[in-house]
Amino acid sequence: MRAADANSSVKSRGIAALFILTVLVLAVLPDLLSTYYLGLVIEILIFALFAMSLDLLIGYTGMASLGHAAYFGVAAYAVGLLAIKLHWSVWSALPAALIIVAAVATLFGLLALRTRGSYFLMITLALSQVAWGIAFGWRSLTGGDDGLPNLPRPELAAHWSLAGDRPFYFFILLLEGAGVLLLTRLATSPFGFALRGIRESETRMQALGYDVWRYKFAAFIVAAVFAGLAGALYAYYNRFVSPDYLGVFRSAEVLLMVILGGAGTLIGPAIGAAVIVLLENLVSAYTERWLIVIGTIYILVALFAPNGIIGFIRDFRARRAKS
Amino acid sequence: MSALSVTDISRNFEGVQALANVSFEVAPGERRLIIGPNGAGKTTLFNILAGSYAASSGRVALFGRDITHLPAYARARLGLSRTFQITNLFFRLTVLENVLLALQAGNTTASPVLRLLRQDRALLAQADALLARWELSEHAGHAAQDISYGQQRQLDILLAMAVAPKVLLLDEPTAGLSAAEVPRVKAILRSLARDTTVLMIEHDMDVAFELADRITVLHQGRLLAEGNVEAIRNNPQVTEIYLGSD
Ligand SMILES: Nc1ncnc2c1ncn2[C@@H]1O[C@H](COP(=O)(O)OP(=O)(O)OP(=O)(O)O)[C@@H](O)[C@H]1O
Ligand SMILES: [Mg+2]
Repeated sequence: MRAADANSSVKSRGIAALFILTVLVLAVLPDLLSTYYLGLVIEILIFALFAMSLDLLIGYTGMASLGHAAYFGVAAYAVGLLAIKLHWSVWSALPAALIIVAAVATLFGLLALRTRGSYFLMITLALSQVAWGIAFGWRSLTGGDDGLPNLPRPELAAHWSLAGDRPFYFFILLLEGAGVLLLTRLATSPFGFALRGIRESETRMQALGYDVWRYKFAAFIVAAVFAGLAGALYAYYNRFVSPDYLGVFRSAEVLLMVILGGAGTLIGPAIGAAVIVLLENLVSAYTERWLIVIGTIYILVALFAPNGIIGFIRDFRARRAKS
Repeated sequence: MSALSVTDISRNFEGVQALANVSFEVAPGERRLIIGPNGAGKTTLFNILAGSYAASSGRVALFGRDITHLPAYARARLGLSRTFQITNLFFRLTVLENVLLALQAGNTTASPVLRLLRQDRALLAQADALLARWELSEHAGHAAQDISYGQQRQLDILLAMAVAPKVLLLDEPTAGLSAAEVPRVKAILRSLARDTTVLMIEHDMDVAFELADRITVLHQGRLLAEGNVEAIRNNPQVTEIYLGSD
């Protein structure tokens, strides 16, 4: 036991060092990168949080949702509408968007959690399609497939605009960082521990006295709120919201990020997000070619690395340690 | 007041009458043995007591409180704990994590919210002690799926006992254990304090008769006989079904 303790303290010190290094690198990036590449970093940060939020459902709780973009998109539309139509500042629009997402997730969760397994997958997909249908169809409010253009860059206070690349980057970095830390903290708390127990055996959890339904419901809402934070920031970054944000393609893409990186590891889905975002910018996005690329990655991962990049690295290291 | 009171429980599975009008009472602190041939309805009875299955009809009370319509987790919180005939563990978590999850369930040292957010270090020491007692310490870091079948069976019992139950349901606790493991489990069960009431399904009659105060015999879903060890041993009907079925 003592050896295991020492081991874990070395490990946690390693993680702390890695964390500080990451923060330092992220802090100097604006001085090193052009606007285009800085934009890529912002996208990676946003999608990393989005993928990690889905991992809480898939990797931790064992609930595969195929409609996670609904929450990403609802929050994006919420900040878009509040900022454009009501001229709300970021400090009111962002919290309001998260509350709206939580409300939508409460409703969708009550419906979806009546099912499990592949039925859960189908119903989350169907619910996200309802959200997409509203965004697409309610032209007078959402602009239909033209979306919501000209979303203003947020202002922290009067005369202190985040219009410049640098301040905007730090704004995103701060909120994303807070989101990632909070989510990680939650995933490693007794709450997250119980979610992993639910993934392994619901009946055993119940026999021990855990109210499994409530844990799943809470996980569903928490995951949606973090997806919403990512979506709202993406809206501010793009200065544009469209029905694509809530579409089934986005849901499938974030699912692929989780699976590619390694479900249940949090860091894996973040890596998966980085890989997909970079590839997407290499192969010009949303062409048929991109669909082929996505499909190919999916097949390769399923065949050769069913536990994702993280799982692949672990297996590799385990094999090397043996030989 | 009875620790457990079962009144007129029936259950059918699409035509199969797994239990028919079973009634009995278990006194606080009692060790009750449930026996009967394969398919007699013993595990079904446990599933109904623990709330995994609903009864088709009948009533279950725990220390006088009607729990017939409570979900499984609520019964567990009232102090009813059970093991599983088909080993039910958190297979991809480590042995230590399995125990910690059980201890976390029974932990009431902080407010509910705080308990969800902050790991209680004291649980780790408790888990270490339990693992040492069950001679599983060296496997603490192994995934539950990687230990031997006998060790998995013992971990299943360990989890059920870790929540400090008032009533413990053991479904064939020594089945699948190696000859060397049986005495340890027996000793642990024997040392269990009398403030825990125990109901045990067991095919190993050495283990069963040694621990039991009273015995309930099920046969084809019906309660065939009930009495102390001596009475059941000498019951001609019981001898008949055991000879007849073997
Ligand atoms: N979930 C179920 N669905 C359908 N039939 C079931 C189910 N569970 C039990 N049965 C049936 O109910 C009857 C009693 O089964 P049960 O498992 O309770 O027997 P048991 O006394 O525990 O037997 P064993 O000693 O083999 O464990 C059997 O005929 C069984 O097939
Ligand atoms: Mg059985």
